[in-house]
Amino acid sequence: MSKVIQNGRIASSGWQILSVAEGEDAAAVAIPAGRVIVPLAAWLARREELAARGDVGVWFASNEGPEALADDIGRVAVIAVNFPKFVDGRGYSTAALLRTRYGYTGQLIAFGEVLRDQFDYLTRCGFDTLQPREGRYTDAQLDAAVASLADFPTPYQASVLHPQPLFRRVARAGVKA
Amino acid sequence: MYRYDAYDQKLVDERVAQFRDQMRRHLAGELSDDEFRPVRLQNGLYIQRHAPMFRVSIPYGHLASRQLRKLAELARTYDKGYVHFTTRQNVQFNWSPLEVIPEMCAELAKVEMHSIQTSGNCIRNFTSDPFAGVAGDELIDPRPWAEILRQWATFHPEFAYLPRKFKIAVNGAEEDRAVIQVHDIGLDLKKNEAGEIGFRILVGGGLGRTPIIGREIESFIPWQHIITYCEAILRVYNRYGRRDNSYKARIKILVSALGIDEFRWQVREEWAHVKDGPNTLTVEEVHRVADFFEDPAYEALPADDAAYHHHIAEDLAFASWVKRNVRAHKKPGYASVTLSLKKPGVPPGDITSEQLDLVADWADRFSFGEARVTHEQNLVFADVKKSELHTLWQLARKAGLATPNIGLLTDIICCPGGDFCSLANAKSIPIAAAIQERFDDLDYLHDIGDIEINISGCMNACGHHHVGHIGILGVDKNGEEWYQVTIGGSQGNSTAIGKVIGPSFARAEMPDVISELIGTYIEERHEDELFIDTVRRIGLEPFKTRVYADRQPHRKVANV
Repeated sequence: MSKVIQNGRIASSGWQILSVAEGEDAAAVAIPAGRVIVPLAAWLARREELAARGDVGVWFASNEGPEALADDIGRVAVIAVNFPKFVDGRGYSTAALLRTRYGYTGQLIAFGEVLRDQFDYLTRCGFDTLQPREGRYTDAQLDAAVASLADFPTPYQASVLHPQPLFRRVARAGVKA
Repeated sequence: MYRYDAYDQKLVDERVAQFRDQMRRHLAGELSDDEFRPVRLQNGLYIQRHAPMFRVSIPYGHLASRQLRKLAELARTYDKGYVHFTTRQNVQFNWSPLEVIPEMCAELAKVEMHSIQTSGNCIRNFTSDPFAGVAGDELIDPRPWAEILRQWATFHPEFAYLPRKFKIAVNGAEEDRAVIQVHDIGLDLKKNEAGEIGFRILVGGGLGRTPIIGREIESFIPWQHIITYCEAILRVYNRYGRRDNSYKARIKILVSALGIDEFRWQVREEWAHVKDGPNTLTVEEVHRVADFFEDPAYEALPADDAAYHHHIAEDLAFASWVKRNVRAHKKPGYASVTLSLKKPGVPPGDITSEQLDLVADWADRFSFGEARVTHEQNLVFADVKKSELHTLWQLARKAGLATPNIGLLTDIICCPGGDFCSLANAKSIPIAAAIQERFDDLDYLHDIGDIEINISGCMNACGHHHVGHIGILGVDKNGEEWYQVTIGGSQGNSTAIGKVIGPSFARAEMPDVISELIGTYIEERHEDELFIDTVRRIGLEPFKTRVYADRQPHRKVANV
């Protein structure tokens, strides 16, 4: 099982993420028993069957948005967002929308090219679980990386983690201070 | 100007600590070149032709004297004793070794400066009017708004990995001096009929490979909603901007592909969800920030100063400097001064540590301890007493900072080009130098009058060549440097993209080409008509005809 950082602690991922090979039909892919996260297309094709299982989650590709899952937000066991490249920033908006618009309160996993240097931003956008590519970090490096969850603990702007912007959170000193 | 409180300072200090650790991990091999790239770029660090290039942010171009001294010190300690001011009001170091950059960041943080988001695919420095607060045509001071938005954009967690870079400019005057029409977002402060402050918002402007004038997405968004509206634009762009081709990744391409009406519809759809949310601005926050930009303690002075007029009458050189480099001020007895960083023979925008120290001293002595950077790559003292202009001029002249050429042909906007920049296709500084050398007769320059020559060493257009009255673009043809010329571009309220006059030229030809363009203008102009107005009136043909009359007709237009 992959190591993840979940709510600030290192843990083993309890989920298998089902990937789809190029050319394979995501809707027709074989879905194993047990806790599994399937591609959005697989879920949409077999949503009643999978929702009934209760142990199936959904993952979004970076070009997929939460709109497609709007009716099933309460029926998925977990949601994950893939970062195929660390410079592909669409997943940040996906997470923010899931949390602030679609009312998703469950576990939200960032996986793929997820780097330590992005932990703070990912967390602020609503991810509670960070799953770097297997082998990307040694255990010691991952331990050290936990510190990056709060590179900027008192940020200016509102986000999922800080629903109010700084100017509403604190009394800031003005020119006369 | 704005001063950090404990929160601002903490964020900048935390950034220094983060970047120190990232540099350590990079040098230890834990952070690969690819992974380090966005990290270093968002700290202003490029890997360049000869050495790293390090870009430091100057929010809306404002600098305090202690910050000027810090730049001088850093250039002496870690660089070759000079810095370069850019067309986005920032400053660059060209020779600092990679490993010392975190140390430079730490030094900058001591004077409330940073290099955050000066590069990379994120929201960049906010630019604005260098004469903000002192211009007679100002409707609303843009600086508090630029500062409020700067804070919103700094370390924004959702918009740090956009499809491409994102530049926002803010104007608050009748005449736009912030080039808002060629920014990803251009904000134009205005009042509605009820006298309430708000913004006209332009979107999708930009230079680069595909120059486009920004389109109006909203004619008036009340000030309370400016952050949420910008968030809506950024979110639509982050989700739907192209990521498959970096040349087509700017927001202008998305806006063009969708059409402004469809793009506006998508933004408003998004905005409907976030409008009136927590990011809605409060009166208290706007006042808190605006208080920092209150007028300095001006003295009550007579509008005119007899000694000043005496000096103008007696001293032709001083009069010539006043004519070009001194600007009217909203307060009687004061003026704004532009220090020219366009002395012939010196790369445009460059200044030495010794000069920076002097500028800092003069800022303290003559202009309330502040200076500003213009996007034309000069420096401004906004608030100088007329009675002290002659003294300041004498000092500046001794230091090589009083070239009386603001707005004239030799006041060339120029990127660092192929001498420094690894993106460049061609050198740009030697072109500027050759043109300045050709036009060394001050009387002739004054006769030619206002004209803007902008030079970029590649189509990324850091030298804003598209909006130069004469634009020069370096292109690569089979490994050779060639230069494509446009005319008719302009900035400001009548922003226009220049048109290519024809096949490109070899470097050695460029001074002749400029001479021929100017010669055409001199022949064709009406009385008191500026170069740009003549181009607009008579079109390209007369200029083309003369420039290409004695040249080979078979060269193809460079494919750019």
